[in-house]
Amino acid sequence: MSRLYVARNPRAAARSLDGEMMIMSGRDSTLFTLNRTATILWQSADGTTPLDEIVARRICPEFEVEPGVALQDAENLARELARHEIMQLSETPIETKRNPPAGDAR
Amino acid sequence: MPALTAPALTATALTGGVAQLSLVIEIGGIPVRVNTTDSGFLHLLQNRYAGFVASPDLAQDRTCIEFDVEIRPPAPADPEADVSVTRRGSRWSIERGDFRAEWDPATRRGRILQSSNPYSIDAVLRIVHTLVLAGEGGLLLHSASAVRNGRAFLFAGASGAGKTTISRLAPPDATLLTDEISYVRKLENGYTAFGTPFTGELAKLGENVSAPVTALYLLAQGPENRIDSVPPGEAARSLLANVLFFAEDEELVQSVFHSVFEFVSRVPVSRLTFVPDARVWDLIG
Repeated sequence: MSRLYVARNPRAAARSLDGEMMIMSGRDSTLFTLNRTATILWQSADGTTPLDEIVARRICPEFEVEPGVALQDAENLARELARHEIMQLSETPIETKRNPPAGDAR
Repeated sequence: MPALTAPALTATALTGGVAQLSLVIEIGGIPVRVNTTDSGFLHLLQNRYAGFVASPDLAQDRTCIEFDVEIRPPAPADPEADVSVTRRGSRWSIERGDFRAEWDPATRRGRILQSSNPYSIDAVLRIVHTLVLAGEGGLLLHSASAVRNGRAFLFAGASGAGKTTISRLAPPDATLLTDEISYVRKLENGYTAFGTPFTGELAKLGENVSAPVTALYLLAQGPENRIDSVPPGEAARSLLANVLFFAEDEELVQSVFHSVFEFVSRVPVSRLTFVPDARVWDLIG
């Protein structure tokens, strides 16, 4: 089974404020406020860590959810974020030279 | 009607026997020199931007933006047409049904093709100012603003939220900067709000003065006058919804996005609920 890699889209702008992660699409200026799961996914999306590892290491421990269910949910979420062009998805590691800050470093 | 020799107007050159006339319009401390051969259009601008017409000496300022305006006969235009602001290389192209304009930030020079009316150039000026401000951390906001006791207060909200009402209720010791579009620059000592000639329903030009921004209020109308704190995330979202920005440009959109968060981290944002009477101003200033 192929693995899925996720990376933050450099065309999106992100800021974390008081625990809330907000992303603006560079394509159409749409603003997204991420929930806790989506925030973890966004912050972990370095292009080189496979999605199943992100789920196992970061999401499952926090939400006490079955790994299979969590992975399916995370994949759906990643595809949704990719549809809005704020995240990139690939079956191979993603070049992260232009990977933007996760949003809380500014 | 003022004579062509009024200090704010200058005849700078002869172009094929026709004098080229100029006027400097300074908004937010940024001078924009407008050149045209149409004296009627120039007088129209002088009336439209009264209070914001600056000395022609400012045209020597290195920050001065310059537009040559070519007046064309009026043509049918869709009044609902959206404005398009796109960049090709270093040059901005700004178009709406009633005008076409180009502007190059590198040379600070541009050109506008429009009929003799104040609305087209007004749109171009607003857009060019948003581009300038986006590059320096400032914002044009859909908000009223006023100065009281040397401090500027901003009142943001969508149409119907009460911008015109709160402006109308301002006491005599408050100076109205605008009832519609606030001009905020990020300067060395913080954020400063400037008066603008961009009017809303009040149709009254703001005063051409400036003051440090002390607070931004999100307007809501209700049964009592009160100020409530707003969580930072909500403040940022509300502010983003009230930023005027037209350009289809990822880099500048990201700049504006980060500017909003910077603003929210430095300027207190609260919700101002008010009944439409003058007592609301007891809470302000």
